[in-house]
Amino acid sequence: MRTAPALAGGFPDISGMTVARQAHWQRWLAAAAILVVLAAIGRAFVNGQIEWSYVGRFLTAKAILEGIVNTMVMAVLAMSLGIVLGVVAAIMRLSPNPVLKSVAAGYTWLFRGTPLILQLLLWFNIALVFPTIGIPGLWEARAVDVMTPFLSALLGLGINQGAYTSEVMRAGMLSVDVGQYEAAQAIGMGRLRALRRIILPQAMRVVTPPLGNEFIGMVKATSLASVIQYPEVLHAAENIYYANSRVIELLIVAGSWYLLVVSILTPLQMLLERRFARGALQITR
Amino acid sequence: MTQPLVAIRSVSKNFGEFQALNKVSLDVRAGEVLCLIGASGSGKTTLLRCINQLTPVDSGGIWLDGELLGVREEGGRLHRLTERQIARQRLKTGMVFQRFNLFPHKTALENITEGPVQVQGRNRAEVQAEAMELLRRVGLVAKADAYPSQLSGGQQQRVAIARALAMKPMLMLFDEPTSALDPELVGEVLSVMKELARSGMTMMVVTHELGFAREVADTVIYMDHGAIVESGPAAEVLGAPREVRTKSFLSAVI
Repeated sequence: MRTAPALAGGFPDISGMTVARQAHWQRWLAAAAILVVLAAIGRAFVNGQIEWSYVGRFLTAKAILEGIVNTMVMAVLAMSLGIVLGVVAAIMRLSPNPVLKSVAAGYTWLFRGTPLILQLLLWFNIALVFPTIGIPGLWEARAVDVMTPFLSALLGLGINQGAYTSEVMRAGMLSVDVGQYEAAQAIGMGRLRALRRIILPQAMRVVTPPLGNEFIGMVKATSLASVIQYPEVLHAAENIYYANSRVIELLIVAGSWYLLVVSILTPLQMLLERRFARGALQITR
Repeated sequence: MTQPLVAIRSVSKNFGEFQALNKVSLDVRAGEVLCLIGASGSGKTTLLRCINQLTPVDSGGIWLDGELLGVREEGGRLHRLTERQIARQRLKTGMVFQRFNLFPHKTALENITEGPVQVQGRNRAEVQAEAMELLRRVGLVAKADAYPSQLSGGQQQRVAIARALAMKPMLMLFDEPTSALDPELVGEVLSVMKELARSGMTMMVVTHELGFAREVADTVIYMDHGAIVESGPAAEVLGAPREVRTKSFLSAVI
């Protein structure tokens, strides 16, 4: 036999009632206002001095397509270099060894503290400082031959990215509970093995969103390499408008490609996040 | 008298001004189950962590299986061992933490096989068979492929015990293994530990479960302010304490 708790009177039974929908008229009004503004901007561009036929024609021009491929190749390679350098610098920064710590801190300080475009120009013009480079007795070459626009851009973008990525990785590694490191030690793991097997996989879950952010930044930062003659998409667009003076049309072409690439990257990042969420999202599944 | 498995001699440890351990000396025989009791901050957990070298001692020495831990004596001075040597020494001890510390990105089975495969470099198939046997022992065969987040606290702690046992340690250290558990889950972890004690494993257990200590422990040690106040057979220390401080602690706990 069950005994229900004694209840006070005066509270009607509303358990059968449904909640009425709210009439969000402010939202409709705001949406309408935004549409009007967008239509006005669109109309201005249609009537403005833009030859849209040029945009359509150059969107798939060979030079532009080669440019966007070069942009992506550079973004992927420079980001890879940046992640490798960033992980190494973050591990050094968190090591108990004061020498390693200082080297990592100095690296971040130097490459985060100067403009990226300046670093690109420095790499490209390094022949002014070191006319020949190489390993004494083994291999030697003229710096102008080695420091192509491609290599200068890769080093400039990648090393600069590493300085930023090291801070992202450090934050991710610090976000993992100390107990995880102790548990890894307790089953006999050394520092590096614990980092590789236990700490970094857990940190990846935390660092994927900011790294995705950094990668999108990198796709656009490659455009700076146009100043050192690397043939990426903005450089290609510039070369064309120097010849035909269709500046705005070509900038719209380049801009569209950047937008397309970034739009594809966003869902890719979500796939990656799901991969690293192993074990963490199981409850919500 | 045979050589003790663990010999602790005059071990001291300070954290800044705070004296966590004050010249602690202690022997643990092979096969002995020793329970450490005392208020928080009395040094019991620090003592356990010193044996597993998660915390280095300031002075004094700990010998495990006849081997001095963490340092080596040469020319009348002590020299710290390398990280690799310390990691090798740690293989002789298994540690169970208050907060389980399972690896959340690995399944129960992977948590158990990680050490033997990655650290000891043993054959994966062989280790997996052993891991399943360990899971059977802690009653969790059905949870082999579950991630820690899918397990209750009691189940997680039992996997953690299996993970420590997979390394085939000669000494098991338990740091308040049931303190983070809901009351109804304490029993399942304690029964796994009782079974382990019956199998002859040498165990050092920091615990507040006096019932467990009374039933399973060969020796109970009461610590206060970083020092051993009273030690002896469980029945004596818990049933008829001699020291005033032990008496007042026990009457406060029960």
